[in-house]
Amino acid sequence: MFSIFGVPGPLLFGQLLLGLINGGFYAMLSLGLAVIFGMLNIINFAHGAVFMMGAFVAWMLLNYLGVNYWFALILSPLIVAAFGVVLEKTIISRLYALDHLYGLLLTFGLALVIEGLFRNEYGSSGMPYQIPALLSGAVNLGFMFLPIYRGWVIVAAVVVCFATWLLIEKTKLGSLLRAATENPALVQAFGVNVPRLVTLTFAGGVALAAFAGVLAAPIYSVNPNMGSNFINTVFAVVVIGGMGSIFGAIVSGFGLGVIEGLTKVFYPQASDTVIFVVMVLVLLTRPAGLFGKAA
Amino acid sequence: MTLTRRGLLGTAAATSMLPFARARAADAGIKIGVLGDMSGMYRDLSGPVSVACAKQAIADFGAAAKGIPVEVLVGDHQNKPDIGAGIAGQWFDRDGVDLVVDVPNSAVALAVSNVGHLKNKVVIACGPGTADLTGPQCTPNTIHWSFDTWMLAHSTGGAMVKTGGDTWFFITADYAFGHAMQRDTATFVKEAGGKVLGNVDTPFPGTTDFSSFLLQAQSTGAKVIGLANAGSDTVNCIKQAAEFGVNKSARLAGLLVFISDVHALGLQNAQGLVLTETFYWDLNDRTRAFTNRLLPATGGARPGMGQAGVYGGVFHYLQAVEKMGVAAAKASGAAAVAQMKAMPTDDDAFGPGSIRADGRALHPAYLFQVKAPSESKGQWDYYKLLATTPADEAFRPLKDGHCSLVHT
Repeated sequence: MFSIFGVPGPLLFGQLLLGLINGGFYAMLSLGLAVIFGMLNIINFAHGAVFMMGAFVAWMLLNYLGVNYWFALILSPLIVAAFGVVLEKTIISRLYALDHLYGLLLTFGLALVIEGLFRNEYGSSGMPYQIPALLSGAVNLGFMFLPIYRGWVIVAAVVVCFATWLLIEKTKLGSLLRAATENPALVQAFGVNVPRLVTLTFAGGVALAAFAGVLAAPIYSVNPNMGSNFINTVFAVVVIGGMGSIFGAIVSGFGLGVIEGLTKVFYPQASDTVIFVVMVLVLLTRPAGLFGKAA
Repeated sequence: MTLTRRGLLGTAAATSMLPFARARAADAGIKIGVLGDMSGMYRDLSGPVSVACAKQAIADFGAAAKGIPVEVLVGDHQNKPDIGAGIAGQWFDRDGVDLVVDVPNSAVALAVSNVGHLKNKVVIACGPGTADLTGPQCTPNTIHWSFDTWMLAHSTGGAMVKTGGDTWFFITADYAFGHAMQRDTATFVKEAGGKVLGNVDTPFPGTTDFSSFLLQAQSTGAKVIGLANAGSDTVNCIKQAAEFGVNKSARLAGLLVFISDVHALGLQNAQGLVLTETFYWDLNDRTRAFTNRLLPATGGARPGMGQAGVYGGVFHYLQAVEKMGVAAAKASGAAAVAQMKAMPTDDDAFGPGSIRADGRALHPAYLFQVKAPSESKGQWDYYKLLATTPADEAFRPLKDGHCSLVHT
């Protein structure tokens, strides 16, 4: 068995792969955040709560209505996105003209309220959610034992990230969206319903988080705190990638997952701080983030 | 009258002051502060069920009939020692609280225990694990109920080594409890001729993905992976160990597992797990009777040993208060604790027991195995009893604790 810096090779490869899996979650979550920030200028602190809702809705669908994982994967993001539409129409849309800070405070408060409501109803230790039969079991890769479900998470994350990037950068709808962020008045003058576009964008970002939530449900316990554990890290990922940059969010999501995974081998105690160390270094050298445009 | 925003705010501000006004008016009775985790990862092993247990103890003691007014206050320490010590200080100084009970999270408990000593009040710790509370950090004002790291290590760790689990790797929550749990278990493993191959300290709180730590443990070839953590950390560890097949190459030892954790895991994931508790709702007629009285207030959730400890502790404290008089109990926490140590304990949750000079409450420890789904006859039917350690052997011998209150 060979080793690198005193760590056996197989273990290191295993950690790299696990880092990629966690990176997949970071990428999906930070992508939603980046889309919402890029288009709406809202720093959405409720993103973690929405991620948690995605997982809970999947759990409710299964336990109250008998809807299985595969349908939940589609239904839960739709249901949570509908909630997002209500949220945007009634509350968040009032803040577009104000400073960023108001959006941050409002969504942070919303996150606390949503998490509190779920905690009151379902407690803190969580609900069991089984891995679907089709994806249970594991394959032996030689250097590690990879659960099929985790492999599926990577595939799903990559596909969803790529599809979102394509949608925003390469389609007519995407170009309208980008134009609406640059100059909403002009786009509106061409007969485009900009407020509806903005609502749909918010719903889309929320749906991405809910989708990640459903993916996470069988891995982590479905509990009200599951989102707040992620949200700080995900914000760091967005800042490192460059606020509002779609590509930056995806690349830094996966990259930071790997860095975190390696830290877990070499100095586990620092594994929850390493991302912030990277953030400080990036901000010192490139204040707009790795892929952000300087203001 | 028209409703204005200012008027509403004013009313809200005025009503928020009401509880304090009431609190000062009732200084003649006993005040009990339940200081727990109401919003974080330990909520289900403390939280509202602990509050319900405190109220049940007051009702079962018959405080109203005996003419002793008892009031319950509730606080959320958010797993932060500074907040916990702050709330306790405020309760003791401003609100006239006589007893702080529950206090899960060892780091918070050590801080609150010091505050209780400083202000000469009573602290009954039921939720924290660190055996230091009755060891080097013992005080004449603190009683430790339910469990501690030494007892858990002795019972679960000892049972594991006896059945062939002689090489260990620890996954340790990086704070006071995790370190104490690992230290105490490692001592037993080594005494029994086993070996500790290594450990990882995982950031606490905030770690959700334990798979890389589990793989590190697996790569050492250890026969037993000791989980020196609690609550949702343990739940995630066990869930992910099953996912990665780590539980096939090594046995998992949940060093601190509560029934709420087993409930969260589901029997499918938790079956076969060996664990130690000092209370199980379905243990005997008395525990079943206690649980049935409590259930309407908990929404069906069965209490774990920490929450049952709140019941036992408050029940015993009130008996001591009755014996020495309310005024004397309020005047000196140390005197109340001395009275509690002088009387044998007896409650429905733990049965007959006693409290030792160092503040350790003694009761039998039960080694349980989690049932397979096919063995479970109904909701919350989770455990089968493997072994019972009698009260006088379950906890660390008095002389080994290095508590300054013990003169040998």
